[in-house]
Amino acid sequence: MAFLTDRKRAVGWGSAKSGTAHFWAMKKSSFALLILVPLFVFTFGAALGGGYDEVRAYYSRPFPAIVAALTLLVGFHHFNMGVQVLIEDYVHGIWEKVLILVMTCVSYGAASVGLFAIARLAL
Amino acid sequence: MADVNRGNRPLSPHLQIYRPQLTSVTSILTRITGNALIVGALMVVWWLLAAATSETYFATANAVLTSWFGDLVLFGSLWALWYHSLAGLRHLVWDYAVGLELETAEKLGWAVVGGSVVLTLLTVIII
Repeated sequence: MAFLTDRKRAVGWGSAKSGTAHFWAMKKSSFALLILVPLFVFTFGAALGGGYDEVRAYYSRPFPAIVAALTLLVGFHHFNMGVQVLIEDYVHGIWEKVLILVMTCVSYGAASVGLFAIARLAL
Repeated sequence: MADVNRGNRPLSPHLQIYRPQLTSVTSILTRITGNALIVGALMVVWWLLAAATSETYFATANAVLTSWFGDLVLFGSLWALWYHSLAGLRHLVWDYAVGLELETAEKLGWAVVGGSVVLTLLTVIII
């Protein structure tokens, strides 16, 4: 113990444990979403309001399908990291861990359902 | 490390102490819009799943999304999406320690609020 430096004793004990990686991941997904979100808004907006056959035909085209798939994938990943910070700020103890786990399941569950639906519509 | 006084420390003042300011309100709204977007996102996923499943299932989901309630949620989500995007862009700029002076930060705050309203209305007009 006496040979450990102060830095060595402190590493990994910050409140976020791995804050830099989280920050960088948020930054990367933010940049991606700045491009994806407008593309998704206008492609999805064009499809919404159409009938069953129109929507199926629209999402069998590669561009709207790939934009939707990427937006859901990156968007739910970004949401999961964001909601984790929200929970860490306001909930502590066992419920902090439980809620983070639940929201991780919701995020990636919804992303997979969306990807499955888009794949089925597109193929 | 072990001798840190963890009990009787003075606490820094929090939300209830400060008067709301443009900078704090826009920051809180960034968090609220980002997390509230889960509602609209799940609705969109449900709609896509319904379209991929069958015509009758699509009719149900589509009726919900195009009802007054669906319109309200999607319109709110659209504004939240633009607001969160602009506020996020502001954060990406701030990360370079640019625009943090009080006057510039206030201007950026109004730009985010105004910009999100303008973009929302423009989107509704175009779509």
